[in-house]
Amino acid sequence: MDRTIYREIKATPQVWQVAFLLGAMIVAALATVVYVEHHGHIVTGMTNQIVWGLPHVFAIFLIVAASGALNVASMASVFGKDHAKPLARLSGVLAIALLAGGLAVLVLDLGRPDRLLVAMTTYNFSSIFAWNVILYTGFMAIVAVYLFTQMARGAPALFVGPMGMLAFLWRLALTTGTGSIFGWLVARPGYDAAIMAPLFIAMSFSLGLAVFILVLSALCRLGDRPLGGLLMQKFARLLAIFAAVVLYFTAIQHLTSLYAAEHAGFERFILATGGIYTWLFWVGQVGLGGALPMLLIWHPSTARAPSTPILASLLVVLGGLAQLYVIVIGGQAYPMPLFPGHVVFSGFGDGTVAAYAPRWPELALGLGGVAVALLATGLGAKVLRILPTNLSDANLGSRG
Amino acid sequence: MSCGKSRLRGKGADISRRDFLRSGAAVASATLAPGVTLIAFGGSPAEARASAGNRWGLLIDANRCDAGCSACVTACADENGWAGNGDPATDAQWIRKVTLRNTTTGHETSMPVMCQHCAEPPCVDVCPTGASFKRADGIVLVDKHICIGCRYCMMACPFKARSFVHEPVVNQKTHAPRGQGTVESCTLCVHRVDAGGTPACVEACAATGHGAIIFGDLKDPESEISRRLAEYPSAALRPDLDLNPGVRYSNL
Repeated sequence: MDRTIYREIKATPQVWQVAFLLGAMIVAALATVVYVEHHGHIVTGMTNQIVWGLPHVFAIFLIVAASGALNVASMASVFGKDHAKPLARLSGVLAIALLAGGLAVLVLDLGRPDRLLVAMTTYNFSSIFAWNVILYTGFMAIVAVYLFTQMARGAPALFVGPMGMLAFLWRLALTTGTGSIFGWLVARPGYDAAIMAPLFIAMSFSLGLAVFILVLSALCRLGDRPLGGLLMQKFARLLAIFAAVVLYFTAIQHLTSLYAAEHAGFERFILATGGIYTWLFWVGQVGLGGALPMLLIWHPSTARAPSTPILASLLVVLGGLAQLYVIVIGGQAYPMPLFPGHVVFSGFGDGTVAAYAPRWPELALGLGGVAVALLATGLGAKVLRILPTNLSDANLGSRG
Repeated sequence: MSCGKSRLRGKGADISRRDFLRSGAAVASATLAPGVTLIAFGGSPAEARASAGNRWGLLIDANRCDAGCSACVTACADENGWAGNGDPATDAQWIRKVTLRNTTTGHETSMPVMCQHCAEPPCVDVCPTGASFKRADGIVLVDKHICIGCRYCMMACPFKARSFVHEPVVNQKTHAPRGQGTVESCTLCVHRVDAGGTPACVEACAATGHGAIIFGDLKDPESEISRRLAEYPSAALRPDLDLNPGVRYSNL
């Protein structure tokens, strides 16, 4: 073969089984939304101290991964990498689907999700949240047009490059906006740092590519399409670099905080005495989510193993969830100061680390968002011609 | 409290504009039953009294605050109908008593903490819909009609002064509407202030004989609060953030 042929995946019993499972997860999530809206957030583990919980960890993961999932399309259109070109369409569809899943979780966790129209029509432009509404919807629209320029019959190819560049710049702005949700919170010692934006961009590169690798291999397996080992190794090597960049930004984040005496307490909490948060940081994020995938991908004994890209991607995903849990929950759990030179006590948890135990409605909603993203991607592959019929190394190699 | 205030948010509301609003509000409001007023648009006549010429604030004297007394908290809960259900983590906390301990000397100070009604409120900055807003007279409120319950204001508030309504609410006060799934906080008893009164916590504290809380107009140099602030040292909580809160503390 000397050219890429895109075909819809066939509706095999296996495909139906996966679709049914994802559909069931979405129904479960919707049922919990009704349950929570009826009884109030009292049935979740969230409180007036841990105001954002597990749903926000999932939502931010999906939103950050969404912009990163566009990496592959950007590699093709912006950076001219030929091996990525056949996968640009899937990259775009996955990016939109992940964003839809993340936003679904975010919206359905609102205290008043019925007021979504208010959020979309009443803006306070000093709020980064309001800007994010525009950045998120704009991202979906731009990637949709970008996909159109790639897929529409007769669409002139000269638009693909500029649209790819626009989508690439927009996704950088989007992730800057997501990181700034935390970076611009001046009150809490765990946030209030400009590095949050570039840290989130680095996380998006890493998490997005990891999710892309997992989804691509799952779709190729489901659709019975050949998938070249060398192609996966190329993606894996890039993933290792991204994972290293995340660790670099994380190190700078904590070293900068350690240098300031006022943040010493928070750093001690996250790095040494924070219990679950310390474990998740060192073992989850740094060990399993950073160092181990890099070792697997770069060590000669495992670099060429067919399972390495999948295993490394899974570890990066788990590390990303751990990192976001530490940022979102750990940042709230650590008490805020009230007056310099004083410790504070009260019946409302002042001066003490806030407890948080996520409950099943939060997990169900978060997993529901993942299911929305995966089902939408699968549906895209079922009805649109986004997945090449042959991604074998020989075929891609013949494309030069 | 929460209706139609958007017209009053600007700092520079002038007299003629307020007069206009007042007259419009009177036309737009229809009394359905004693204590129940349907406000169609334009706000209530009382609300139109919010003026950029005032800045309402509190001065809390920590020396006069009794560690064992929580009259201000009880009065606020009674006045605004937010009595808890026994779980401090999820109950509303419009006002709470805290103890500050000096890390060097060990000296302890008791005092109430509520919304600090900042001049530069982070909750207003971060609110995506503008539901968190500051009136012309400096009172920071939540518009329950457009609050979507995202809780970003709670993430942003340095004082943990805001509460999310976690459970269905019953027996609400007509002057302090609450809503499950929305955020709320101290209103500085805006319904009393607009009627020329003082907040419930101030009254309750005075009734106990402690008199630890003074309410008044920070922009009026002749008011007691302004004179006390000019005469004696005082401090703001989280002074590092430079939010210029309307609530000040003395003898910390």
